[in-house]
Amino acid sequence: MPSAPPLAIEASGLVKSFGDTRAVDGVDLTVASGSVYGVLGPNGAGKTTTIRMLATLLRPDAGSASVLGHDIVREADAVRGAVSLTGQLASVDEDLTGRENLILIGRLLGFRHRPARARADELLDAFGLSEAAGKLVKHFSGGMRRRLDLAASIVITPRLMFLDEPTTGLDPRSRNQVWSIIRALVASGTTILLCTQYLEEADQLCDRIAVIDRGKVIAEGTPGKLKASVGAGALRVRLLDPGERDDAARMLERELGAVTLESDPAALSVACADANRAARAVAELAGSGVGVAGFSLGQPSLDEVFLALTGRSAQDAEAEHGTADQEQAA
Amino acid sequence: MSTTTAGAQPAATTEADEAAVRKAISSISRPPRASAVSSALTFGWRGMLKVKHVPEQLLDVTITPVMFVVMFTYLFGGAIAGSTGEYLDYILPGILVMSVLFTTVYSGVALNTDLTKGVVDRFRSLPIWSPSPLLGSLIGDSARYLLGGTVIIVVGLILGFRPDAGIVGILAALGLVVVFAFGLSWVFTTLGLLLRSPSAVLNAGFMGIFPLTFLSNVFVEPDTLPRGLQAFVEVNPISILATASRGLMHGGAQTSDILIVLAVAAGLTAVFAPLTTRMYRRG
Repeated sequence: MPSAPPLAIEASGLVKSFGDTRAVDGVDLTVASGSVYGVLGPNGAGKTTTIRMLATLLRPDAGSASVLGHDIVREADAVRGAVSLTGQLASVDEDLTGRENLILIGRLLGFRHRPARARADELLDAFGLSEAAGKLVKHFSGGMRRRLDLAASIVITPRLMFLDEPTTGLDPRSRNQVWSIIRALVASGTTILLCTQYLEEADQLCDRIAVIDRGKVIAEGTPGKLKASVGAGALRVRLLDPGERDDAARMLERELGAVTLESDPAALSVACADANRAARAVAELAGSGVGVAGFSLGQPSLDEVFLALTGRSAQDAEAEHGTADQEQAA
Repeated sequence: MSTTTAGAQPAATTEADEAAVRKAISSISRPPRASAVSSALTFGWRGMLKVKHVPEQLLDVTITPVMFVVMFTYLFGGAIAGSTGEYLDYILPGILVMSVLFTTVYSGVALNTDLTKGVVDRFRSLPIWSPSPLLGSLIGDSARYLLGGTVIIVVGLILGFRPDAGIVGILAALGLVVVFAFGLSWVFTTLGLLLRSPSAVLNAGFMGIFPLTFLSNVFVEPDTLPRGLQAFVEVNPISILATASRGLMHGGAQTSDILIVLAVAAGLTAVFAPLTTRMYRRG
């Protein structure tokens, strides 16, 4: 790969309006080459519009951006030559078979007949789609469709890949497969810009995250920093005997701090970021003879992050932005 | 269609394999970019594949024209030309023109339907010659026009259509009609990008093409029409196309008519192809 510019994406002041709605309202992004950068936010926050501008599908109303050193407006064709896009709607042709889809993309990228077919078969094998290769994509499951979509994006390995909510609507197994494909891409040196609604996904995959709301970046940093700024997660314990809850609460309070008694009479929770301390507290609890039915250490959800950053829940933000999303779809 | 062979290790063939994915990622080098011609033809191939998977979509270019030929010949033949045989000689080139031009509306409908799907985003993000998706699908559509036209001529021959200029004349007329249809279909692809739903494209398209076709000499000579209407019919490019087609089939085509038809097709393409391409790019 030729020596990449140190910054894969540099965007400043991107603005895009649909009618009266400012879908993107001055977004700045700086993405280092070779990194995985997450754009996190609820539906309608402006994630898709941002990605579509960077992928040259939409022209920004104001602001500027360069992708891999090329201006997204003046040098759109050079950008297209180096990136690929996996959109929110699976970007594959439902009326063709899996194999035909990959051959089509291969031919459009300049492969001759035979190499295009060979490349399609190689990708179908690698993505576990060879058995379904002759089926029309409209009969594919969501997970298969998404894998085909990713395969179509790497017919030629892109230097930068845009992924718009790659796991939304997938079952956990398919989601894990998509994550492993993304990790393989990262290992090959591809820079990734990933839009997601899930903090867990951003946490698992991303080096840095920008939280976006109402078309603006409201927080930016590493996943750890972001979570810390929100105030970590919570240890939730459920007891065998509700009668022991007061004892358990005293013990946990001594170990970890203020305890919340939940509406479930056998459950209680306590804020805690440190898994080791949480584990010690649970061990202490069990050691003292309190019957523990179950426990979990939860990460803060996107909703908690959102609440902490904006003072409103992600659902509220979604409801507020519902119209913007419809405009984007049009 | 699917020739599934039982895999020895089903688990290994239905899931993505990270090692294989890594190998697939690293195993290719970038070929030189596809040429404009090659990418347009690839999109034409895509159109053909769709027909292969859903052959029913050819009904509109096969059954409908047969109905038109039979219906018009036997319904109006006696009244308009005195006999069905004589009217067939007059009407068949006209029906060829009408049927094929009606089909062009569907190019706009199909494009509008395509736009609602995610695959268009991929096409638009590829480093290809920008008109190629549109040009390619119109190349595919032209094959449909050719098929529809051939069906009409075959049915006509069965019913007793005997043109003087023979097979060469027939092919020349068919070619001229398809070229004109190609030019006209750019108007409907523009409409397909302008309007919000496939049914809106269909309605608006027919609202345009229907009167234009009937206010021509496709069905009757304009001699008996009111003067204003007659003037319109005479300059209507569809009349000129029908006259040229009759001339090519029966002999005695005016070169000027053929040139006018070709010029109108070129003009429509020159105006509407760049317009469609720009709108498609902008999304």
